[in-house]
Amino acid sequence: MKQKLLAMLAFILVISVFLAGCSDSTSNDEASEEDGNGTTLELWTFNELHEKYFEYMADLWNEQNPDEPINLKGSTYPYEDAHNKLLVALQSGKGAPDIADIEIGKFANYLKGEPQLVELNDVVDPEREFIVPSRLDVYSKDGKNYGLPFHVGASVIYYNSEIMEQAGFNPDDIKTWDDYKKAGKTVLEKTGIPMTTVDVADPWSFWQQVAQLEGKDDLLKENKELNLTSPEVVKVLKYQQELIEEGIAVPAPGNEHHAEEYYGFMNNGGAASVWMPMWYMGRFVDYMPDLSGKVVIKPMPAWEEGGPRSAGMGGTGTVVTNQSENPELAKKFIAFAKLSKEGNIQLWKQLGFDPPRTDVWDDPALSESNQFTEYFGDDIFATLLEVKEEIEGVNIGEKTPEVMDALRTTILFQALVDMKDPKEALKEAEDQIK
Amino acid sequence: MGNSNLEMDRKPALNPKKRVKPSNLLYSQNIAPYFFVFPFLISFVIFFAYPVVSTVIMSFQEVLPGQVTFIGLENYKELWNPTFLKAIRNSMVYTILTLIILIPLPLVLAVFLNSKVMFAKNMFRSITFIPALTSVVVAGIIFRLIFGQQEGALLNSILGSFGIEPIAWLNKASTSMFTLVVLATWKWMGINILYFLAGLQNIPRELYESAEVDGASTWRKFVHITLPLLKPISIYVFTISIYGGLSMFAESYMLYGSNKSPNNIGLTIVGYLYQKGIEQNNLGFGSAVGIVLLLITLIITFIQLKFFGMFKKEEAR
Repeated sequence: MKQKLLAMLAFILVISVFLAGCSDSTSNDEASEEDGNGTTLELWTFNELHEKYFEYMADLWNEQNPDEPINLKGSTYPYEDAHNKLLVALQSGKGAPDIADIEIGKFANYLKGEPQLVELNDVVDPEREFIVPSRLDVYSKDGKNYGLPFHVGASVIYYNSEIMEQAGFNPDDIKTWDDYKKAGKTVLEKTGIPMTTVDVADPWSFWQQVAQLEGKDDLLKENKELNLTSPEVVKVLKYQQELIEEGIAVPAPGNEHHAEEYYGFMNNGGAASVWMPMWYMGRFVDYMPDLSGKVVIKPMPAWEEGGPRSAGMGGTGTVVTNQSENPELAKKFIAFAKLSKEGNIQLWKQLGFDPPRTDVWDDPALSESNQFTEYFGDDIFATLLEVKEEIEGVNIGEKTPEVMDALRTTILFQALVDMKDPKEALKEAEDQIK
Repeated sequence: MGNSNLEMDRKPALNPKKRVKPSNLLYSQNIAPYFFVFPFLISFVIFFAYPVVSTVIMSFQEVLPGQVTFIGLENYKELWNPTFLKAIRNSMVYTILTLIILIPLPLVLAVFLNSKVMFAKNMFRSITFIPALTSVVVAGIIFRLIFGQQEGALLNSILGSFGIEPIAWLNKASTSMFTLVVLATWKWMGINILYFLAGLQNIPRELYESAEVDGASTWRKFVHITLPLLKPISIYVFTISIYGGLSMFAESYMLYGSNKSPNNIGLTIVGYLYQKGIEQNNLGFGSAVGIVLLLITLIITFIQLKFFGMFKKEEAR
């Protein structure tokens, strides 16, 4: 009898080893639901500022909809991790949040095959006429909208007015990229400080100048074919290479404009200007506090006098996943946060984003002072309205993630650090992506 | 469990009558061995065999959510590209360099730490082992800051005091590989020392004593006693170092803050698998990369074991 008992015990022990691995986490969920009331919605993003914004909007939603309260649980992950985690969760059909942010360069990944996202047309349709159409198109497939935009993402140029004054330049006199180069030379000679920095491990500096080109094509053609070796694109990279050769530009410390090393460098007056989209304002305010009051925002120089001076750059689509248990509520909430008039005003106030809804652009709320006007001065929105008609769009296709990867690893670094012939660098990348 | 095991073995031998009872499977000597390897078999099938088989199948497919299609050898054909070759080269160079450093150095240090004349042995043992306990993520970030390209970064400011210009460590293939190997050396040294120490303590002291009687020098004792008797443990360390080198990913990922390094100088085979399979949502292609990695590792390990004579019949030691 005793042996039998021992054998049974041994058997149970072995089995319990396996069962221990399978225990589910429901007990955790129950505990957390108690500390907030309302339906729990989980949110994943890759930007702390986005998370704060959604939390603010969730409080606002709860005030206005006491009958349908939500309890937003946000998590911020590093850029790559946020996207990979979400992709794996969607691919495997388990573990995805209700709401997630997907950056534009990655969005195409999630539209491959059958998108595992919820179609948003029914919440978009009532507001559709007010939203800049190209901003919805980049997050769509076969006429179905899957993501809601944060902003137009107009690209602008930020001048360090202190350094520009030292060199005796008025940023308003710089109209074209040729002017910019000449001014840069003088700035370098008079102050010893480089005019600008360029991304060599991130697409922004390059993509903005390419998208700004007149016409429908940029890194991809209008029909989503690769366009890396067209003469215009090569010319842009050549221009950047010349800036570096002459010392007017330096590769951004840390290789990109989002590196800790770069923030420190710029904060100490390391370069006289940088061209980045409007949404980069938040980085100035948060990471470069010493430049407060010294930075002015101007439209980008044009390639030719009178040419377009801006491009709608980057962006993040907020999506509802098909694993959400409350997709209707999630949809209503993100529409409230990003499509409503109120939401769009908050997008500007909280995040400094140029809202995608055109009918709020002349709203008095946008000229009120906030943390951004304190840092950059009162005329931010005037600059934006000035280029309103000149904002070029971008083409996003299935090849976009691969093009972005090539820009982050080979093309820019080879042309701007290794000083390889721009045409060759672009050609090699294009051949490989094909 | 150990007790029940013993009793179960003994019982049938003592009581042959009981064994004949067909109902009592629990006491069958024929089933017991299978019963005891059963947990291993289950975990092997679920966590190893099944993933390997499904990876092989996926490597012939295009895998998209809701749409899986067989595309034959398409994924393998696409593998023949400069980026993948670069990833293989990086992984190989890294593996070879870590082997060159992480086998002899820990061996020598282990001999020191095992020596009677060494002082503060336990303190040094702990110090060399602490890095192995650090998470790669933390170590990678700290190394990224140490090897920063600005003048103010730790290493550059030290070099600067000797009048050396700041170096962009992570932007050049040679210096970036150097950084990776330094990181690996710092992190894995302690583990390898531990293995060798265990090996050293198994060497009978009498061998050294009799060598001393014969008048052997310290060097001769090291070459003719220590080294040959450490052979089994050396083969083990060698094999796991090859695995470790070829599967390196996290170190490079953390050093660059993402899987993207300039000119792909930090891209490893696993990094490429991750980039294609996950970052670009092409799991079929990623599986093909994984299968190639498996084959490379198999071939190298096979050659290495053959070279060390592991397939020969065990000779009397």
